[in-house]
Amino acid sequence: MAYLDHAATTPMLPEAVEALTAHLGVTGNASSLHAAGRRARRTVEEARETLAEALGARPSEIVFTSGGTEADNLAVKGLYWARRDADPARTRVLASPVEHHAVLDAVDWLATHEGATVEYLPVDAYGRVHPDALREAVARNPDDVALATVMWANNEIGTILPVAELAAVAAEFGVPLHSDAVQAFGQVPVDFAASGLAAMTVSGHKIGGPYGIGALVLGREHTPVPVLHGGGQERHVRSGTLDVPAIASFAVAGRVASEERERFALEIGRLRDDLVAAVLDAVPDAVLGGDPAPGGRLPANAHFTFPGCEGDSLLLLLDAQGIECSTGSACTAGVAQPSHVLLATGTDPDLARGTLRFSLGHTSTDADVKALAKAIGPAVERARAAGLS
Amino acid sequence: MTDTPQRTRPLRVLAAMSGGVDSAVAAARAAEAGHDVTGVHLALSANPQSFRTGARGCCTIEDSRDARRAADVIGIPFYVWDLADRFREDVVEDFVAEYEAGRTPNPCLRCNEKIKFAALLDKALALGFDAVCTGHYAKVILREDGTRELHRASDMAKDQSYVLGVLDDRQLAHAMFPLGDTVTTKEEIRAEAERRGLAVAKKPDSHDICFIADGDTQGFLAKRLGKAEGDIVDESGARIGTHDGAYGFTIGQRKGLRIGTPAPDGKPRYVLDISPVDNTVTVGPAASLDVGSLTAIKPRWCGAAPAGPGTYTAQLRAHGDETPVTAELVGEELRVRFTEPVRGVAPGQAVVLYDGTRVVGSATIAATERATADVA
Repeated sequence: MAYLDHAATTPMLPEAVEALTAHLGVTGNASSLHAAGRRARRTVEEARETLAEALGARPSEIVFTSGGTEADNLAVKGLYWARRDADPARTRVLASPVEHHAVLDAVDWLATHEGATVEYLPVDAYGRVHPDALREAVARNPDDVALATVMWANNEIGTILPVAELAAVAAEFGVPLHSDAVQAFGQVPVDFAASGLAAMTVSGHKIGGPYGIGALVLGREHTPVPVLHGGGQERHVRSGTLDVPAIASFAVAGRVASEERERFALEIGRLRDDLVAAVLDAVPDAVLGGDPAPGGRLPANAHFTFPGCEGDSLLLLLDAQGIECSTGSACTAGVAQPSHVLLATGTDPDLARGTLRFSLGHTSTDADVKALAKAIGPAVERARAAGLS
Repeated sequence: MTDTPQRTRPLRVLAAMSGGVDSAVAAARAAEAGHDVTGVHLALSANPQSFRTGARGCCTIEDSRDARRAADVIGIPFYVWDLADRFREDVVEDFVAEYEAGRTPNPCLRCNEKIKFAALLDKALALGFDAVCTGHYAKVILREDGTRELHRASDMAKDQSYVLGVLDDRQLAHAMFPLGDTVTTKEEIRAEAERRGLAVAKKPDSHDICFIADGDTQGFLAKRLGKAEGDIVDESGARIGTHDGAYGFTIGQRKGLRIGTPAPDGKPRYVLDISPVDNTVTVGPAASLDVGSLTAIKPRWCGAAPAGPGTYTAQLRAHGDETPVTAELVGEELRVRFTEPVRGVAPGQAVVLYDGTRVVGSATIAATERATADVA
């Protein structure tokens, strides 16, 4: 088996499993006042501090959520509502068109139900938003912008976006910028304080932590209107009993992601380069997606377009060989749609159907790359014969 | 002569799984027979409904999930393939165009011809599969000379060879129908599904037209073709009513004519003819529906085209009875003469010729001729 889909989810780190299981048997609601509650609370707060340190944030800026999707929704909807409440003129939302659906669909929902005007920022062929594009969009009328949201690194094509520069532009106009850093955390340096962001999303299961836990890193001056109302946990921004085992485990994974990042990025980057070379060797007309410059993309990401192939066909053929990857596009009822990311970067819609994303992780080995190198040529040949239906 | 593909060497089989009980049991039987089976659900609607309503269709996300769960239980890989564009072009648009031209299409047959055993089969073969497996009730028999025959299912009551009659030798060579040998009630298929742990065992049968979710074909056509008021006339040409679009009628139809005045003889009237050119529907007594012969186009043969006239039985619609005929290929047209007059033959439907249980061929009915005394 060659698991090459770590960007979808990566195996839990042994130490994260240990932390999770250790706390599963311990009773205590972190909001309770007695000893058991205090014990749980202590675990949560220690985890919060660990995670804050890993992300260059203050502990009070970590708001635990059920994952990346919830954190994105809280940031986008919550900041929109709060900013509009403060000034009804602020109804414009600026977003990159290459965002994950957790952001895109939240933004669309605001347009459909909350009177938002959504403006998608232009991107280059690598899916990158340039600071000047944001400046132009904001400067047109700074007073009506509720928020801007631009991801730190793209989940499909791996391009890293200039978040700090974008945040600086937004800050000039007093516009809060949110960034989905789910894919960036653990692969590129992520420092919340240095970034100048208003809010930032991270997720547990993408960095070797458990599913169902994530966080919105939220600058202290920002108070989004809650999406979930209830007991008032997490700065009254995100109610719900805290998942102590998942939080403890997430923090362990977060610490490793931060401490090991440099070594991991170097090693995984080399392996990724081998993978890219092997694929291009077997399929000379394959096109590498995203920024080809090593510093411009996630070190664990390789994304290809195979002209004349259907991504679905390739996935089936590789799956049958024990090689697991992704077409990198959104799924509705299991039906692959041409990726909105590729369409936004100006890729021809037919070409956009023939894509595969290979993403590496902490368990990836040279053998995985060798298995792919062996299988990809014949698979592409077959898929090409099957053509586009 | 009795060998079927499913009893030969293990094959790489692509099982089309609608989410219904028949295709699930068919896939399970193929896997049990030792074949290397991969399940595929065809997404045929660009905007699938989330949930199935009533007992119709197989194009919802719920059906896709049912198919996936069946594949899980059988223990085979499962994927969803998007053939919505092809389905829209080759089946839905064809359906609308046929009605617009005053004919009565059979979209299931068209789907087998153009989608399941064309688009899907071609893709499957290119990807290295040997056969496509479906839950149809029909039999493929491999003859000693290597050719294949399509036969009615062992259970005549469930036989679906009519909608498979359009398949040619090449298509049949790669078709697998594991349910064809089954003489059993639907309850027994459901029991088999239950025994195999397939949750679709209790799922209602799908029928009607899968892409018309609410079953309202008239409404669907009206939406697509617009309202086009025209006259309903009797056989003498006298105007006796109006309609909202000639496309909405089928030869032999009795209900829904909305003619205020009864026929002079008080007998029910039926649709005799649909003329899209002048948007006129002709009605008349049942006796005028009697057809003595027909001409059919686009013949397809399971095996070699018969030389000279032959005596066969013919089926003229899905679930229709057999009727004895003589048939002859004249140029590209099939001329079919009924031994006894038949009623309600609708252009656009297929005429499928049988020799016993064997499907000889199929063609699309283009025109019918009234029965006359010398024919009967």
